Amino acid sequence: MKSIIKSTVAAAALCLAAGAAMADGKLVIYHWFEYIPQELLDKFAAENGVEIVMDTYDSNEALLAALKAGAMGTYDVAVPGDYMVQIMAGEGLLDTIAEGELKNKGNILPQWADPSFDPGRTHSIPYQWGSTSFAVNREVYSGDINTTAILFDPPAELSGKINMLDSQGEVMAMAALHLGIPQCSSDRAQLKALNDMLQKAKTHWASFNSDTAKEVLVSGDAAVGQIYDGFGAKAREEGAPIEYAFPREGYVVWMDNVVLLKDAPNRENAIKFMDFLLEPENIAAVSNYARYVAGVDGVAPFLDPSLASQPESNPPANAGPGVFIEVCDQQVQEIYDRIWTELKN
Amino acid sequence: MAGGGQTSGASQSDSFAPVRYWLLLPSWLTLLVLVLAPVSMMALYSFLTKEFRGGVVWDFTLAAYDQFFFDRGLFGDEPPKLQWTYISIFWRSIWQAGLATLMSLLIGFPTAYFIATRPEKQRALWVFLITIPYWVNLLIRTVSMKFLLREQGPLNDFLLSTGLLSEPLAIVNTNFAVQLGLFYSYLPFMVLPIYAAVERYNFTLSEAAADLYATRWVILRRIILPSVKPGIIAGCILVFVPSLGSFLAPDLLGGAKNFMIGSLIEEQFKGNAGNWPFGAAASMILLTMVMLILMIFAHQQAKGGK
Repeated sequence: MKSIIKSTVAAAALCLAAGAAMADGKLVIYHWFEYIPQELLDKFAAENGVEIVMDTYDSNEALLAALKAGAMGTYDVAVPGDYMVQIMAGEGLLDTIAEGELKNKGNILPQWADPSFDPGRTHSIPYQWGSTSFAVNREVYSGDINTTAILFDPPAELSGKINMLDSQGEVMAMAALHLGIPQCSSDRAQLKALNDMLQKAKTHWASFNSDTAKEVLVSGDAAVGQIYDGFGAKAREEGAPIEYAFPREGYVVWMDNVVLLKDAPNRENAIKFMDFLLEPENIAAVSNYARYVAGVDGVAPFLDPSLASQPESNPPANAGPGVFIEVCDQQVQEIYDRIWTELKN
Repeated sequence: MAGGGQTSGASQSDSFAPVRYWLLLPSWLTLLVLVLAPVSMMALYSFLTKEFRGGVVWDFTLAAYDQFFFDRGLFGDEPPKLQWTYISIFWRSIWQAGLATLMSLLIGFPTAYFIATRPEKQRALWVFLITIPYWVNLLIRTVSMKFLLREQGPLNDFLLSTGLLSEPLAIVNTNFAVQLGLFYSYLPFMVLPIYAAVERYNFTLSEAAADLYATRWVILRRIILPSVKPGIIAGCILVFVPSLGSFLAPDLLGGAKNFMIGSLIEEQFKGNAGNWPFGAAASMILLTMVMLILMIFAHQQAKGGK
């Protein structure tokens, strides 16, 4: 038995040594799927002579789960959304960027320089921001779409043709807006109403899907799809006869951020990469690709002209407020989880 | 590496004695690292206290099993009732996997019989043809299935153009689509063991039965089926067990609207609050259930063999 343990330890040590030897000139990114153009990665790799490795995830929660399950020390940077930056910082998963370490930090637009989810930007830099609302197929429904009732209490034409994001945060925040109650409310009557409303709304829904949120709209499988603004723009450009809604009751605003992970094996390259993404030309390339808005000053000359006039990025005057998803405390989160499980049962 | 295999002969075993343990090492390591360690870890985690947002605290508790079996209302403070939510998720999974197994059997048995009764030279080709679609990744096959079944997909286009239907069939995002997906995913696991059993079957037995005035139905029921039963049972297990824990088909074809066990467990590790002990407990309950089913099958098979 002893010899087994010995040889296992020896093998593990060998693997670690091999890993460390190869870590020179490397950058390991953990990123959302379909969110950064390959050319930009190639550019960074060529400029800095590093090899880039990228893995992808499909939700903020999947990112957190992977890191907590032992992926710390594997990745240098990740791209969590606003509320997840706060959660990850609270969990001690983020490294602190010292003052003066990022030479391009001054490029961050003032309104994003000191956000509530990362005061003083000590762990993160802005990547892209946008909104999460929904898009409606205008060939199927021509009435008023700027209301959350389209998702939760839809007209007969749209019933049974709705795809929701398979993401608790987005669905719950939108549902709270629909009912006009605060997010993460611990009020029992409000939570009960939320649960009842969702159970009823579910009878109108065809599916929960995040990965193919765009495809179901393009193929016509769904006539309404809860979707991020950039994905909505892409679906429209791919020929879907859809319009992106800005409900009066409000809609979700998000910002994705590049964070420096604790125990990053290539910390120096990670900082270089963050500086690289704070250069207007580079982050504009991401915007042109992903169709979202950068949080960096001076990107305008590098942007695709159609992006500025894109309806998905320009809420009308009568649109409701854009709100960030809030981080619920444990007690409310556990009730949210029960509601979510019942919803998907 | 080819250790262990030669040690059965008593005279030879002596010459291996000094190195016997080393030769057994690979199989020991496999069992230890790939079977015993993960399952023990899962069992251990299911008795630990959950940490908010994933992870565990090292305090032993039965909370995860309590959550599975008892319902304390939306706010967790009502007197406990039997919790139907998870039981119904398990029941749905068994039902879906069972129907998929039945479909596989109904299609798989005649297919296997057909292949096994071809001239010997052709059989390899037929088996080869059966496996071709399975060279493609399961995810891609499942997405393709969705494409075929869609409301504006080829299947509906065909049915509408022939005038058989006036309205497209809504198959995607239903339980039936999930069954179809599971059936298609695991069909070869049904065909291949049955084929192996039918191929070994001595067809002169059928002839003898026919000579004694048995009808075709009686021959099938009383002679062929009992002879190939081990193959059928193996096929059913191989289709049923992976179907039970599957989450690709329910998520993609069923629209993720109705949890199956696989997606329920996944949610505990990828969901917002993260509840690893509950995920582990649900896995343990699933494991126990599968083991019971396998034991019943094994018991029956042993009885059938006598």
